[in-house]
Amino acid sequence: MSALEARQVHVRFGDRVVLEEMNFSVAPGELHGIMGPNGAGKTTFFNVLTGRVRPSRGQVLVDGKDVTGLPPHRIAALGVARSFQIMTLFDEFSALENVALARPAFRAQALHGHRAAIGDPEADAAARLVLDEVGLGSKADVLARDLSYGERRALEIAVALAQEPRVLCLDEPTSGLGSDGIARIAEMVRRLKGRLAIVAIEHDMEFLFGLADRISVVHWGQVIAHGRPDELKANPWVRRSNLGRFG
Amino acid sequence: MQTPAHAGRLITPAMVGVALVLLTVPLWIAKVGLYQYIGVEILIWAIYALGFNLLLGTAGLPSFGHGAFFGIGAYAFGLTQFHVAANLWVCLLGGILAASLAGALVAGFVARRRGIYFAFLTIAFGQVFWFIAMKARNVTGGEDGLLPIARLPADFGIVSFDLTGNTALYFFVLALFLATVVALWRLTYSPFGRVLSAIRQSELRAAHLGYQVVLFKMLAFIVSAAFAGLAGSLFAMAQGGAFPEVMALHYSGYIVMMVLVGGGLVSFWGPVIGVVVFLLARDLLGAVTLTWMLWFGLLFVAVILFKPEGIAGVFQDLRRRFSRQPAAPAQPAARSTS
Repeated sequence: MSALEARQVHVRFGDRVVLEEMNFSVAPGELHGIMGPNGAGKTTFFNVLTGRVRPSRGQVLVDGKDVTGLPPHRIAALGVARSFQIMTLFDEFSALENVALARPAFRAQALHGHRAAIGDPEADAAARLVLDEVGLGSKADVLARDLSYGERRALEIAVALAQEPRVLCLDEPTSGLGSDGIARIAEMVRRLKGRLAIVAIEHDMEFLFGLADRISVVHWGQVIAHGRPDELKANPWVRRSNLGRFG
Repeated sequence: MQTPAHAGRLITPAMVGVALVLLTVPLWIAKVGLYQYIGVEILIWAIYALGFNLLLGTAGLPSFGHGAFFGIGAYAFGLTQFHVAANLWVCLLGGILAASLAGALVAGFVARRRGIYFAFLTIAFGQVFWFIAMKARNVTGGEDGLLPIARLPADFGIVSFDLTGNTALYFFVLALFLATVVALWRLTYSPFGRVLSAIRQSELRAAHLGYQVVLFKMLAFIVSAAFAGLAGSLFAMAQGGAFPEVMALHYSGYIVMMVLVGGGLVSFWGPVIGVVVFLLARDLLGAVTLTWMLWFGLLFVAVILFKPEGIAGVFQDLRRRFSRQPAAPAQPAARSTS
């Protein structure tokens, strides 16, 4: 069974069709890449998968269960986490606090108003572990807004990871990074691969073709090509989009 | 608002310091040319402002109609005294409950709104409650107010304290002020408070982390209304009556001004500073000129233009400057110490 699946998802805003008909699935442990030109509807598709946008037609399923139209917090609680292309961090919180707040154990006690949120050594250790995983172990006490751009990109993923998700949706995780930064994120994602289902929107072809098990090419609001990286390299659209430089 | 040191503690050194200073106030307040009643008034408004800042500073929700809950607390305190039981604890509970219920009602309408829409809706609801207070003469006494509300004794079973004197009332309100400080400090730095702060910083991310944003906003609104109700109850007792004036739009604006001038956006104590400055300015400037509000308004404008972090923000800057070690390498301040 797919960890996350979209069936014939159609989205229109007013009279503008953003997604025509999206069919998509990611299996547990699989890394599924999504590529396509700007304005193809990739981020809107992520918004549908994670509950931010309700599709006009079609279905979204998590572990085979229909979750179409559920609000973001419900879908998150089912184990679907996402990162954002435009960084969406809690800037006044330290890196550690950002991650701590994302943990399911914290969420389970979020309505507690009678005890302190700080100073639980077990929770602290768990949060530090996540920071270590993305190489931010030494930056735990630095405010998110004081981190460098590359560190913020890593924290963006760490927060989603701290949710202990079964499906991790990464929206352009290397956006704005130089080649060193891209390599670091790629290495991080490579370590995660196999542990959970990952869906990654990405413009960097080398990143995607080096890591993904399958890739869907999205254009005009639908998947126009789909397959393993080596299969896709023969695809004319992919060839036209400069893949040759990296392939 | 960054997470301060001692955020995990129930009682912080700052609280002990503030408590010690406030305990001595009745000894010297008359000698510096002030009077006991201003101390009572400051503490009541400080309870109101601290509760209000859970909404404004922590959750980032600008309510411009909070006077309604302060007023409802005052009326409910009086009405409970007249019609239910002339017992201080019952009346306080009545004031808090009435304000919480009104808060829950309004929260149901406003919690899904953001920014300017949230602000406008709270103004609208504030005006509705104010209008009701003015027009329901049979219940509220209209413009004349609900009179006379007695300063009931604080009855603890074995001992009972008479609160009719301003000094006795000051100590009673001080006890409730300190309880409010401890409760709100704990709440602000509890998991619940951290989620509220997270929602202010990024509602989008909070929702995608699995937090039911609307529920948290509603609860913050209700808690904040409850503290306004407590403060309103005490105000009714202090004034000997409940009046619609505190529910008017400009009074709802005052609490916003107090919290912003004091620095509620960057410091837990900011609202208290703001209340002290506002009420002392009213009395001291007011003694010199009838147009004291003009000068306070100019101060407000200056704060918003030049130091949006308010007076507490100035203190934080000064402390950072003095605590910096000249020999140590420059390090970004990871945590403020307020």
